[in-house]
Amino acid sequence: MRYTPHTASDKEQMLRTIGLSRIEQLFDHIPQSLRERAAISLASGLTEVKVKKRMAALAAKNATPEGWTFFLGGGIYHHAIPSTVDAVISRSEFSTSYTPYQPEVSQGTLQAMYEFQTLMCQLTGMEVSNAGLYDGASATAEAVLMARRIQSESRRRVFVSRSLHPQYRAVVSTYLRNLEDTELVEIPFDRNGETDAEFLAREVDEKAMCVVAGYPNFFGVIEELAPIQEACARSGALFVTVTTEPLSLALLRPPGAWGADIAVGEGQSLGVPMSLGGPGFGFFTCRKKFVRSLPGRLAGETVDHEGRRGFVLTLSTREQHIRREKATSNICTSQTLCALAATVFMATLGKSGMRRLAEVNVCRAHDAQGRLVKDAGLAPVFTGPFFNEFVLRSKGLARSQSRFAAEKIIPGISLAPWYPELQDCLLVCVTEMNEGEEIERLVRTFSGD
Amino acid sequence: MSEHSPGTDLRRSAPPLIFESGSPGRSGFFWPEEKGEGGEKIPSELLRDDIPGFPELGELEVLRHFTRLSHLNYAIESQFYPLGSCTMKYNPKVNEVVARLPGFSSLHPLAPPELIQGALELLYELEEMLAEISGMAHVTLQPAAGAQGELTGLMVIRACLRERGNPRRKIIVPDTAHGTNPASSTLCGYEVVQISSSNRGMVEAAKVAEVMDEEVAALMLTNPNTLGIFEKNIQEIAEVVHKKGGLVYLDGANLNALMGIAKPGDMGVDVLHINLHKTFSTPHGGGGPGAGPVGVKSFLRDFLPVPRILKKDGSFVLREDFAKSVGRVRSFFGNFGILVRAYAYIISLGSDGLEEASRMALLNANYLRKKLEGAYQLAYPEPCMHECVFTDRLQQRHGVATLDIAKRLLDYGFHPPTIYFPLVVSGALMIEPTETENREILDAFADAMNSIAREAKEHPDLVKGAPYTTPVGRLDEARAARKPVLRWEPAKE
Repeated sequence: MRYTPHTASDKEQMLRTIGLSRIEQLFDHIPQSLRERAAISLASGLTEVKVKKRMAALAAKNATPEGWTFFLGGGIYHHAIPSTVDAVISRSEFSTSYTPYQPEVSQGTLQAMYEFQTLMCQLTGMEVSNAGLYDGASATAEAVLMARRIQSESRRRVFVSRSLHPQYRAVVSTYLRNLEDTELVEIPFDRNGETDAEFLAREVDEKAMCVVAGYPNFFGVIEELAPIQEACARSGALFVTVTTEPLSLALLRPPGAWGADIAVGEGQSLGVPMSLGGPGFGFFTCRKKFVRSLPGRLAGETVDHEGRRGFVLTLSTREQHIRREKATSNICTSQTLCALAATVFMATLGKSGMRRLAEVNVCRAHDAQGRLVKDAGLAPVFTGPFFNEFVLRSKGLARSQSRFAAEKIIPGISLAPWYPELQDCLLVCVTEMNEGEEIERLVRTFSGD
Repeated sequence: MSEHSPGTDLRRSAPPLIFESGSPGRSGFFWPEEKGEGGEKIPSELLRDDIPGFPELGELEVLRHFTRLSHLNYAIESQFYPLGSCTMKYNPKVNEVVARLPGFSSLHPLAPPELIQGALELLYELEEMLAEISGMAHVTLQPAAGAQGELTGLMVIRACLRERGNPRRKIIVPDTAHGTNPASSTLCGYEVVQISSSNRGMVEAAKVAEVMDEEVAALMLTNPNTLGIFEKNIQEIAEVVHKKGGLVYLDGANLNALMGIAKPGDMGVDVLHINLHKTFSTPHGGGGPGAGPVGVKSFLRDFLPVPRILKKDGSFVLREDFAKSVGRVRSFFGNFGILVRAYAYIISLGSDGLEEASRMALLNANYLRKKLEGAYQLAYPEPCMHECVFTDRLQQRHGVATLDIAKRLLDYGFHPPTIYFPLVVSGALMIEPTETENREILDAFADAMNSIAREAKEHPDLVKGAPYTTPVGRLDEARAARKPVLRWEPAKE
């Protein structure tokens, strides 16, 4: 049978060793009423050739950037991934190993985790980073839960900017729903597409637990974070930033420099394929003084009995396998292989490559935005500065859909389902993967020529 | 074996950190300059200088670094990995090949549904296949891991009970449960009531009845439990819980023991999660990504997370308008790349192959148990399913503990079993061979374990000083926790 190496003679000898004659005797202590209904009714197994055919047939029904021209971002980004990344993460020594609970035979994974933590600290300008969480949305929820552990019970109002990714807001709301003392307050956005500073000044007070804002936010806008930092400093709330496009942090003033207490986000854009939005990884960084409240795994440096440097999982008394119901989180994974992909990605690009790639994104996105406004007559919706995504209004959006389909272009993400106030608005993302010719076609198709 | 390794073998020594090598200006990335500097489009007060300390390496340097790191790892494809409760089975290569098809790996989650029909079809079918295997009515694939599946399942239970009038306050968890069970309960706003299992390693219905009242929302049970024992009273236990209006949650971590043998859906289970990185062969990746789908009985369907995938006139649509839903637990569609691998695994094996997998998992575990029971004390005499638990009681007489046995196994070239878990067994050694291992490797592992048992008797200090042959010796974990160093920093001038 596929993947089970037992020959008839193996089975017979093994059963004899155990003192049985039939396989079924291994489970005859299970109630008969359960056993008699247990047969699985699925198709028969397929040969490897047929498996590949079936999978290829399913894959062929999907639109990929090879056949279509994408201008999609909104939390998942199409970037160039150096071949070094898949070469490393395909190595079975990394992909088929378990969580490094036996550090003597897991130094590869542990050192890479430690390097990952360092890279994320450098990129975000924060003091400590964990080894990874599920995704940006649950990392945001974990940040709020950490703020709840740190803050006193008199602070139970969570302020979340409406310009934060709508799915992230939804996940935060799901996680908080059953913690009945905690209240979620939405902060509106202003004309710039930034978190409303007047609202912050008015509403964030001594009851505030934390303020959460996107950087860049869901509209692609690079928010001026000083008003949020000031509101937090004044009121004692914790300042949480969320970054869905961490490549931008190679160029932008990092959350740490803005005074963030916790900076989280989605790491997919750093070397992980889009893969319909998962798996990627959530990153989680914060001030050092909060480290014992941190959710998730941490690799730390130590030495062996001979003084050789080595790495171990550490501060695990925060975690579920030790602390059970008192753990800082229930999480039991760190999306390690995806975090490794990001580590290889950042190591390959390095200091200059990361910045260059970020600049190419800014260049192309601004070029495209300018052309769409000037030549295709679309209206910019927000005035704030942006990285590689921007919002435009196009009155004829619904009508032009068939034209885009014919051209095999997906021009962006329609915002109306999440923001009724943003009818006819499109979130357009342009990365280094969009060549000039693609932008040309996008402008032409919008113009209707 | 007792000789100390010189530690000079390049393949076995750690490379410097990526921050400690390289040279300013070096990069493995080439992209010619484009018109207009990017920074000029953005106000300067929003920009940073370069990233201090960031690596500056060439491409070959990067590859050598990570290749050398990889040599320091133990992995399924190098050797047997008998970790109990982790199901370290072979991760088939074809799954890796198909998951990398651009038609899966290059999909954007916000593309219009009509342009990702193949992906939605795969997800829809995977939900149905997992429902069939587990005997549940509906499945959501959104949770990113087992623990997130637990949280999702408990949220579903809470939403259902809230609708019935009272979300209740407590969750019953046996002392043999995974630590995630109580941690997820807390996160869902519940108090944990722990019950002890019997001297036969099982939960007794009478014990549940003692603590079961109208404030208990659910009982969380793992079956087979973490002792590898089938909870044969589960139907009776479910009845006790249901009578008082509670629900039964099954931690499906050990589903690898049950395929074709017993379906959780027939056991009185209302909600369960499944770890695709265990039973369904997706790689562990050194600690994720995994996936933790949740299955429910039909009366709980409307509480499942959104979006849900529905089939309509032969095509697949996404729907979010379910008023009773617990909401969204993860962005987009969960860990799609992992779901693709699990789908490929299921269609590769089919019904017969899945059933045979569970049978051979039981055969391998019982075989190892037989081979080891002379030298090690079994925690419980009950029949075992896919894993078995021993203790260090016999070795303790010579001052040798489970940790020593585990470290000594490394010198024999084997990864240790899961140790000190479940917590109810003092010095537990929890062994799960899985079905993909052959008899010869099981024999070799048993020989190593039995040899260590002899060493424990004759040369206990040899065992207590292990390991001798690994790239680093026993690491000082207390020091790491006392003064945490969690990142590299440049040396201060």
